[in-house]
Formats: sequence, C-alpha cells, structure tokens
Amino acid sequence: MNHWIIAPVVLPALLAPLLGYIMRHDIVLARVASAAGTVALFFIALGLAFWAADGGTHVYRLGDWPAPFGIVLVLDRLSAMMVLLTATLALIVLWHVIATGWDAKGRHFHALYQFQLMGIFGAFLTGDAFNLFVFFEVLLIASYGLMVHSGGKVRLQAGLQYLVMNLAGSTLFLFALGTMYATTGTLNMADLAVKVPLIPAEEGAMVRVAAVLLLIVFMIKAALFPVQFWLPGTYANAPAPVAALFAIMTKVGAYAIIRLHTLAYGPQSSPTAGLVEEWLFPAAMVTVALGAIGVLAAKRLMPLLSFSVIGSMGTLMLAVAPQDPYATETALYYLVHSTFSAAALFLLADLVISRRGTDTLSVRPPLLQNGLFAALFFGGAIAMAGMPPLSGFLGKLLILDALRDPTLMPWAWSGILIGSLVTIVGFARAGSILFWKSTAVRVPEGAEPIDAEPRPAPATAAEVGPTMALLALLAALAVLAGPATEYMRAAGTQLFEPDGYIDAVLTPVEKPEAPDPHAPDPLAEEEH
Amino acid sequence: MTSESSFLPIIALLPFLGALIPGVMIRAGRTATATFTAVPTVLALVMLGVLAPGVLNGTVYTFSIPWLPQLGLEAAFFLDGLGLMFACMILGVGLLITLYARYYLSGEDPVGQFYTYLLLFQGAMLGIVISDNILLLLIFWELTSLSSFLLIGYWKHLPEGRQGARMALTVTGAGGLAMIGGMLILGNIAGSYNLTDILAAGDLIKASDWYTPAVILILLGAFTKSAQFPFHFWLPHAMAAPTPVSAYLHSATMVKAGVFLMARMWPALSGTELWFYLVATTGLVTMVIAAVIALFKDDLKGLLAFSTVSHLGLLTMLLGFGTEAAAIAAVFHILNHLTFKAALFMTAGIIDHEAHTRDIKRLGGLAKLMPITAVIGIVAALSMAGIPLFNGFLSKELMLEEASHTNWWENPWIVPVLATVGALFSVAYSLRFIFHVFGGPVRDDYPSKPHDPPMGMWLSPAFLCIFVVLIGVAPFLAEPVVNMAASAVTGHTTHAHLKIWHGLTPALYMSIIAVAGGAVLLLLHRPLDAAWIKAGPFYAKSAFDAVISGCVSLSRVISDNLHNGAISRYLAIFTAATVTAGYMAYLGGGIAPQTREMLPIAPVFAVGWVLLVCATGVVVFQHHMRYRALVVLGVIGLMVSAGFVFLSAPDLALTQISVETVTIMLLLLALHFLPKTTPVEKDTPRRLLDGAVALAAGVGVASLAYAFMTRDLDSISFYHLANSYKEGGGTNVVNVILVDFRGYDTYGEIIVLGIAGLVIFALMEALLSGPAGARLRNSGYNFDRSHDRHPLMMVVSTRVMMPIALMVGVYIFLRGHNQPGGGFVAGLVFSIALLMQYMASGFAWTMRRQQFEYHAMIGWGVVIAGLTGAGAWLSGTPFLTSAFGYVHIPPIEEFELATAALFDLGVFLCVLGAVMLMLYSLSRMARHAGETVNLEPLDYDPSRPAKMVEKGKA
Repeated sequence: MNHWIIAPVVLPALLAPLLGYIMRHDIVLARVASAAGTVALFFIALGLAFWAADGGTHVYRLGDWPAPFGIVLVLDRLSAMMVLLTATLALIVLWHVIATGWDAKGRHFHALYQFQLMGIFGAFLTGDAFNLFVFFEVLLIASYGLMVHSGGKVRLQAGLQYLVMNLAGSTLFLFALGTMYATTGTLNMADLAVKVPLIPAEEGAMVRVAAVLLLIVFMIKAALFPVQFWLPGTYANAPAPVAALFAIMTKVGAYAIIRLHTLAYGPQSSPTAGLVEEWLFPAAMVTVALGAIGVLAAKRLMPLLSFSVIGSMGTLMLAVAPQDPYATETALYYLVHSTFSAAALFLLADLVISRRGTDTLSVRPPLLQNGLFAALFFGGAIAMAGMPPLSGFLGKLLILDALRDPTLMPWAWSGILIGSLVTIVGFARAGSILFWKSTAVRVPEGAEPIDAEPRPAPATAAEVGPTMALLALLAALAVLAGPATEYMRAAGTQLFEPDGYIDAVLTPVEKPEAPDPHAPDPLAEEEH
Repeated sequence: MTSESSFLPIIALLPFLGALIPGVMIRAGRTATATFTAVPTVLALVMLGVLAPGVLNGTVYTFSIPWLPQLGLEAAFFLDGLGLMFACMILGVGLLITLYARYYLSGEDPVGQFYTYLLLFQGAMLGIVISDNILLLLIFWELTSLSSFLLIGYWKHLPEGRQGARMALTVTGAGGLAMIGGMLILGNIAGSYNLTDILAAGDLIKASDWYTPAVILILLGAFTKSAQFPFHFWLPHAMAAPTPVSAYLHSATMVKAGVFLMARMWPALSGTELWFYLVATTGLVTMVIAAVIALFKDDLKGLLAFSTVSHLGLLTMLLGFGTEAAAIAAVFHILNHLTFKAALFMTAGIIDHEAHTRDIKRLGGLAKLMPITAVIGIVAALSMAGIPLFNGFLSKELMLEEASHTNWWENPWIVPVLATVGALFSVAYSLRFIFHVFGGPVRDDYPSKPHDPPMGMWLSPAFLCIFVVLIGVAPFLAEPVVNMAASAVTGHTTHAHLKIWHGLTPALYMSIIAVAGGAVLLLLHRPLDAAWIKAGPFYAKSAFDAVISGCVSLSRVISDNLHNGAISRYLAIFTAATVTAGYMAYLGGGIAPQTREMLPIAPVFAVGWVLLVCATGVVVFQHHMRYRALVVLGVIGLMVSAGFVFLSAPDLALTQISVETVTIMLLLLALHFLPKTTPVEKDTPRRLLDGAVALAAGVGVASLAYAFMTRDLDSISFYHLANSYKEGGGTNVVNVILVDFRGYDTYGEIIVLGIAGLVIFALMEALLSGPAGARLRNSGYNFDRSHDRHPLMMVVSTRVMMPIALMVGVYIFLRGHNQPGGGFVAGLVFSIALLMQYMASGFAWTMRRQQFEYHAMIGWGVVIAGLTGAGAWLSGTPFLTSAFGYVHIPPIEEFELATAALFDLGVFLCVLGAVMLMLYSLSRMARHAGETVNLEPLDYDPSRPAKMVEKGKA
C-alpha cells in the first residue's frame, strides 16, 4: 500500500488549519508555509504521474475496508494527470499571488487556498461517487471563500450567484446520488461500472435518470449551457488570480463526466448507451456559441476572458461527448491547454487591471510597460483563440480531427471554426483598445496635477514571471505535443478499457482475517 | 533524405531565432539592428544557394521528423522548384526591405519591434513555401496572418493602422479557419497530410464526394489571403502599414501565399470544371474590378494596392485555367510582378518620405526634383503597364495568349475581352502613376520640398529595376527558373521558351488595344474621375464596419440579456432543464416492476404529514415575512426529525434536531441585520411560471422517491451491518459508518464546516472594513429593540441548564460508537449550550468567561482528525484505518478505546469551533452596529433596583 496517493489530500488538509490558526497573524510565515506545501504537492504530483505512467490502476483503500464497502482512492493515468495539472497551476498562481500581494488583502487566503487544493485533489483521486460529492462541497466552500476574498459589493453579489447556483447543483447531486444508489445499491465507481451494464435495457429508465441528473450536476461545474450562468459573473468579479486558479475548477466538472460517464454510464452500458452524446453534444455546441458571443459582446476585460473560458469549455466538451478513446485523448490535450491559457490570461489581466485601475475596455493613458503587456496579451489571446504557434491550435486541430463522424462534423466543425473567428475578432478588438489605442493618448509633460495618484510601479520580474511561465508551458505543450498526446492516448485507452480499473478496485486484497463480504446472516452479528 | 536536406529545418528556423536579435541589438542603434537582422536572412540564402543546383537538376530535398503522430502532423519540409523560387523571393526581397526600412523608419519609431515582426513574418512565409505537411503549412499560414496583423498595426497610435490590422486579421483569419477545414478533409481523402502524398493522389481526390467542400474551403483560404474579390477589401486598408511592409507583405510575398497554395495544390485539385469556374472566374473578376478602381485612387499606395489586387486576380485566373501554358505564364508573372511592384512600392515610400504626401493630386513634376527616383519609378511602372522591353510585357503577353483561347460557358469572347479590359486599365493607371507624379511642371506647394533620398533608400528598388530590364530584354535568362518552378507546379518537366516576339498573335493585338486604350483613358482621366466621385463608389470598409458593429450589438443583446445576474431566472432555467432532461431520459427506457406493497397510513403519520404540508404552505405563501417563515421552517425540520424517528433512525433524528436548532438560532441572529420582509414580485406571469417550474420539480422528486420506495434494493449496506461490531468495534452502525467505514467522507465534511467558519470570519472582516461597515455603523439599528435584552428568567434558566447540557454533550459523545450520538451531535449540543449563554447574557459577558479561541478549535479539530487518520500509517495500514481495544482500569468496568473516538473528537472540536466562530462573527457585526456591551449578566438586575446597569460602547 503506497500512502503517497493520499498525500495530495492530507498534506493541504493538515497545513490549512495551521495556516488558519497558528500562522494567521503573520503573512510572511503563512506565505513560506503555503509555498513550501505547494512545492511539495507539486513534487508529489510529479511522482504520482510517473508512477501512474506504468499503466497500472493503483488503489488506496481508506480505513482498510474492501471496495465497494469503504471508500477508495484510485490513481490511474487520468487522475494522475489531473493532479499534476492542478499542482502545477497552483504553484504558479500562488507565486503570482505572493508576488502581487493579493493574499494580504483579506483574511485566511492561504488557509482557503490549501483547502481549495485539497478539495480539487480529492475530487480527482476519489473512486467513490458519494465521496466525490463531499469533495465538491469542500472545493465549493473554499472557492467561495477565495472568490469573495477581500470583499467589495459587486464581488459579494457575484459570489452569491456563484454560491446559489452551485448549492442548487449540490442539491441535485444528492438527488442524483440517491437515484443512483436506489438503482444500483452502490456508491463505488468501479462497482457501478459492474452493476449498471447488468441492468436490462427495458428496466433502464431509472438508471438513465441517474445518469442525466449526474450529467447536469457536472455540467454546472463545467459551465455548460443551460447551467453556465454563474460563470461570467463569478470569474469576472473574483480576484483575478483566483479566477486563474478557477481555470481548473471547470475542469473538475469535465473530469467527472469523463470519469463517471465512461466508467458507469458509458457506451458499454446498454441502458445508457448514447445518452451522454445525445445531451452533451448539443449543450456543448450552444456553449461554444455563447462563449464566442460573450467574447464579442464584452465591454470589460474580465468578462471577456470569462466568456472565452466558457467557449473553451464548450469546445472541450464537444470532444468529450462522442465517448470514444481518440476524441477523449484530444479532449485531454485541449483540457490541459485551456487550463493554462485561461490562467495565463487572468494573471495578465491582474497585472494590467491593477495598473490601469479599471478593467473596462476603454482608452487610458498607456502603461509604463505597454509593450510587455501587449506582447503577453497577444500570446495569451492567440493561445485562447487557438492560433499557432501555441498549443491551442494543435488542440483545435486534434478535436476537429476527432470529430469526423459525418453526423457531428458539420455542426462541430462550423461551431469550433466560427467560434474561433469570433473569439479572434473579440480579442483583437480588446487588445487594440487596451494596448494600441492607448498609445495615442499623450499625457503632456507637467500636465498632471502634483497630487495626482502616483503612476503604478512597473511590474517586477517576479510579478510577470508566473504569466510568462504559463505561456512557456503552452509553448512546451505545443513542442512536446507528441509525447504529451502519447500519454493522453494511453489515458484515454485506459478509460475505455475499464476492466483494469474494475479489477484493481474490486479484487479483494490479501488480508489475514478478511471478512466474507457475503456473510449468510448479517443481522446475526448484531448480537454482541 | 540527404545531408543537405538537414539545411531545410535550419532555414525554416533561422528567421524565428533571428527574431530575437533586433530586440537586443536595438540598443546598439538602427544601423546595427538592420545589419544583424540581415544575418539570418543571408545565412538562409546561402544555404538555399547550396541546395539550388540540385533543385535545378530536379532533385527534391525532403526532411521530416515526427511532431504529433496522433494527428499526422510532422515537421516535414521539402524543397522543389516552386518552393525554391518562392524562398529566394522571400529572402531576397526581405534583404532589400531590411536595407530600405533602415532609412525609411524614423528614430522615433520602435525599430527593434519592426525588425522582430519582419523576421517573424519572414519565417512564417518561408515555412509555408517549404512545408511538406499541410497541417504544418496551416500553422505557418496562420502565423503570416498574425505577423501581418502586427505589422499593419505597427503605428499603433494611428486609427487606420489599428482598423486595417483588425480587418486584415478578420478576413485572412476567417479564410485560414475555413482552410483548416478544407485541409483536414483533403488529408482524410488522401489518407495522409503529407503534401507529396496528396499531390500524388490527385485522381483519388477529384473523384471523392468530399472534393467539392474541400476545394471550396481551401479556396476560401487562398482567396482571402490573396485578396480576391469579394474578399479583396482588406488589402488597401492594410496599406496603413509602413511602406516597407506594404512592399514586402502586401505586394511581393504574403498576398502571393494564396496564389502559391493554388499553384502547390494544382496537380491535386485543378483541372475540374468546379476549379475552372471558381478560380478562373474569381481571378478574372478581381483583375478587372481592381484595375478599374486603381485608376481612380489618388493615394499612391492605394493605387498600387488595387493594382496588386488586380495582378493577383490575373495570377489566380491563370492558375484557374488549369493548362500547362497558363501555369508557366503564372509562374513567370509571379516573378515579374514581384520585381516591378516591390520597386514601385518603395518608390511610393520614397516620395511619401520626401514630399510628405502620397496624394497624386498634390504631386507632379517630381522627375526634375528627384531624378533617380523618377527613373526607378518610371521603369517599374512601364513594366507594370506591359510595355515591351520590360519584363511585365512578357508575362502579360503569355496571359493574353492564354485568355484568347479560353471558353467561358461555351462563350469564346468573354474571357479575352475582359482580359483586354483589365490590361487596358492596367496601362491607364500605370501611365497615370508616371505622368501625374513625375510628369508635369514642378510645383511649389508640396508639404515638403522633395529631393532624392540617400543611396540606402533607392538602392533596393534600383536593384529590382535591374531585373525588370534584364528579363525584359533577355527573357531567356529567366527560362531555367521558370521551367524549374513550372515543372514543380504541373508535376512534369516543362520546356517554356520565353521570347519577346511571338509573331502577329491575338495577344499582340490585344496588347496594342490595351496600350492605346489606356493612353486614351489617361487623357480622359479628369472627366472620368469627376464622374467616378459623383457616382459615389461603394466603400467596403463602411460595410465591413457595419457588419462587425452589428454583430457586436447583436451579441450584446444576446449575452447581456442571458447573463443579467437574475439568480431566480438562472435557477428557473436550471430547474426546468433538469426536469425536462430527467423526464426525457426516463422515457428512453422501461422501469422494473413494483415489488413492495403499499402500507396503510398510520394516524400519527397522517398528522405529521398534514403538519408538514401546512408548514410548507405557510412558507410558500408567507415567505416574504422572513421571521415567520423561519419559525415555520423550524416546524418542518422537527417533522423531518420525527420522520427519522418513525423510520428507526435515531442518529439521524438526533443530528437533525440539533442542526435544526443551531441553524435556526444563527439565522435568527443574522436576520437581525437583514430586512424583515422580502419584496414581493409584482410580475404575476413570472410568478406563475416559476410556480409551475417548482411544481414540476417537486413532482419529479416525489415520483423518484415513490418509484424507489416501492421497489426492493440489493445494496452494499449488508456489509456494514455485518462488520460494524466485529471489524469496526461499535454497535451503532451509523456512527461506525460515519467515523470508520466512510470516515473519509466525514473528514471532508468537517473540513467543509471548518472552512465555512473561516469564510464567514473573513467575509465579516472584509465587510466591516469596507463601506458596508460604515453603513452598519450608521444604521438606525437601535430604535426598536427591547429594553430588557437579557431577561432575568432567561439568564437564570440558561445558567441552570448549562452544566446539564454539557453533561448531555459529553454523554452523547462517549456513547456515540455504540448508541445514537457521536462527535458531531455532541459538538452541536455543546454549541447550543453555549449559544444559550450568549443569547441570555450577551456575547462580551460570555466571552470573558471562556478562553477558547475558535480558530484554534477548528484548527485542532481538523488536525486531530487528520493525524488520527495518518496514525494508521505507523502500523502500515491505510489512512483512517481504526484500531480499538478493551481496557480495564480496576474500579471501572472494562471499557473500549477506539481510535475512532479520537477522530470523533476532531469532529466535535471542528463543529463546535465553526458554530462559535459564526456566532462570534455575528456578534462583531452587532457591536459594530452600535449594540452596547453589558458588563453585568442582566440589563436589569432586581437585586439592585436603583439604577440601570451601565453600558459601554464596544
């Protein structure tokens, strides 16, 4: 039994209370501890990814209870990849937060940050549907705390939207879990994968309801139409670095669909065959359109970026919908890309907005480092819009390539390509106003009153570093697309051959006094 | 793959690496920057020079390494005749432009940026012409659009630059995206994305059902890039770029990318009717329309821009003909157009630079003021007009020759006549360029007195003019190059013989008509121009702007109305969608037969049910009276607890009751700071709609519950019943599930509670320090409060209850593992006991009497639970594995110790801490709002009747 699997959950869970209690009065101490913890998490995640690359499904039985009766953590290529992605993002965002001093603008930032990471890692690692719910709660409440970090009226209003929509989602999650349990009698994902296909198609109505309700729950997290409404307000009004971290939050929803709906409600289960594609594909199509429309419509930078995130989620889910290994592989590649590109843009937005003083797309005097910011924005924008040379273009090509099925192709291709065009136009307009038009504003020498606000300090290397690091990762993802997709192909294949997963989880471990799970008369034991 | 082949990736990479140079070198000045910018270009040219002899002999160099094998994307390059010709053009002109720009740009311009963009473009363009993989080609294709965007917008403070850049990006970007689709289809048909394979699979491609969409999509890319009608309008606006850019990108190289692509794909795609009618027609129309417009452009660069569009149309038309001779003519004209048009643009730049205007109507007589420039300009313009002894004449003759025997829709006249008209206008605007700019008398109203520029500036165009004349006089010199490229286009060796005199061919007559007609048109220019202006030509820019702003407005209507922040509507959509989707999914399958009988309704149960329904009704209809709704919610909570008791779930009932109590108490306190009523929604239809949605959801949930309760279920719970005592050490299965079987869930949930405490605390801090805090301080909070906040009865009774409640809490905690109870409930019971003290005697009074830090409780709670779990690692078992044993200490009976109890302690602490932190936050708000702090337990103490207890401010 390798305890490292649970380290990404336990480490932040132990660190966060200390940050929230013992270190809450000293920001330097909190920073050091939080950064050290995040660095450690990154290396743990790296180790787990290497371990999972061997192709095995590694199971961690909590409390030493055999599955499906206790809770299990499962590490395979997919979950290892998601954990590594999260840890990488977390490290870079934390760097930005510390460099820009965001963490000092409110209370308990680092404690909430670690709890947030714990929630995300927990969701990626769990092999139990109810436990997934628990970690959805953890990451929801922590993310709410981060979202309203440092307060402000508009932010709190947007926070309420976020909380209400997601609590509604949690409620539905409970209904969905109830339905699921009532049809299969189990909560373990591998066990579900065994039991759902056994249900005859003519008795499949309830299983189908469970699958669809779960799908909607995850769609809320992934911000797909018609439950995407919470995202623009939330991301646009959250502190920008938090929005950058949230780039991974929508992916939790995507991950849950990829995981649970291929394992339990996938193509191999007769009652639910084709169900995901039937509902997910049109929803993703509309989402792509809404994202592009929102980008074009945006009057402020943060909503523009938020809608571009919605559009990229739509694109991602288009590739998830067909539920085949190649499409899933392309979806995973795009998932990594879209996480980093959204985060890069939000981090950059933070640098720019904090210096411009507003995120409206209006003309302001040029910033000191206008050229630098313009270049970074250009990089982020071409990544998000899917232009070369960054990984977005390859991701888009892969998804287009995967969606060749003649019934999907006309819709998917035109949606993605037209969506890209509108996004390009939207970003070009925004960038042109922010970084080009502003250079036409000439501040005459000595025209500023003496008591005018001092011009914001130029961004230091430490402040720009995280954004550049993310862009560099995007470039690396493009250059190393071959090895990356190789890993993702293996992850996709592993997903669609669930026997390995099922066997690894459900095969009883050798224990000296292993109880017989099918004891003849369970109530007889109550007599003690 | 030979060893020379490995030059190819180096050639492709050199400009990109070189792009890093100017950014640094600019610190050494403009000249140094220009010099070092030339280095990668020269290096690449040298390498091409090494490869050139082989290519001339028919060798095709290839190089490839895998990049993204899943997709079929390879970093594959190949160099054949066509690629070599284009590569030399790109690098050669690049070198000339580098020199020219050094003198053209002023010291105020960010010259380093310029050269960086220029090299980026050069690399992208070079990539297009030597790519052997169409996906790689697409990458370079999009890169040219991006670098062109940057270069057009180079003077970013000028609105024309910004708008032109965006327009170019939009149009060429749209074409590029269409081309992605086309290329993917093409690769699918051919079974490979490698150009060599695709070119070999021409017959297969033309026979495929997917041929038509592929051709249309690819041509969209080519036409937008090469500014073919009706996508031509971006090119004139791209002239806002500095002139070196116009000369390089928008006449010599980038706009020829579309033509290049058509030439490249010629063997695979051309030769069909579809190809002919699409390509040749578009080219013909573009050639004529643009030539006409060019004549009436007063802006020098505008004239040249439309002339470029016209010549690109000519090239497109030739490639559309699909014959070998036309392909030869096209290749030859590509070469000739490059030489004279780049020279002309640079001349226009010189004039603009010196005279400070490009308006033809303000120029004239420059031949005397700037003779060198005039010679260059006139030579190049004569070539553009197609006058013999200049190279433009030769390729135009070939074009007219091809046009003269082309039928269009069975009609032999349309193409030759229109081609002649195009040539005629071409002569007219070329002559206008000569006579209206250089001819005529010297004027005295130029914005700046023009004179010849320094040699660095005229050297480049002069160099190009040498080729104009050389090829024009001795065309056989160009034969090897033309044959080399044309062979690559057509796929088999061509033997073109270029000569000036072909005899008395139709082309010659057409040429004579064109020259004569052009001269006449120029003489009539003044009245024609007046008529043109009066007619008010159609301006594509305003139409384009209108379309874009229309799209923006439309998206604002959609996006802003959809995302208007109304939570109730978001929820309604969510609920309606969920119910619909659930119902549709249900319809897609059958349901297992019912296996359980309905039970008779017990009277007790009926009473409970009626109570629940009534309470729910009250909440629905009275919810805007918040206080009342809250109290009634309490009723519902109690009924639910009763239901749990009825269904033999005492643990759940206990938990439910305590949770209910704590939440109602906290909510009551919170309500203190909120409006006491909810505004009533006036809009009746909306209310009805919302009601219908809610009802549908309710019915849905009820049906689900009914369906499940009437069917038997085979679940995993038997295991928990069987193993709770033996393996988990407790007889209370619910508690064992909570702290052992699924202790990890509980671990997560207490963390949720802990985070909630922290979030509330952080939020309260942020609120109080912001404007909300100021509002709170100024709120008329005090006016209707009770005069006896801490009544005697309550104070005394809570004091009495306190120890009892705490004892109950301890008892519940300890017995948890075997009887209903546990850390969670115990935490809540403790919280209630303390809450009562706070309510009875005020927060400050109570605070002073207990010394726990709430943050600490949460912290230690989570840590203890976590460490208990991690303790299992010491025995080599997984996280949260419990151990238990029986201990016997003499006077007491044997009792059980389980690590689960320690875990439960963590739960207990966390619950208590979170609840108290919430209470603390509420009380801080109260004190902020001006609530007084009592030092005594009672506001009114009957034992000291004389005075009110003194109050102090917080």
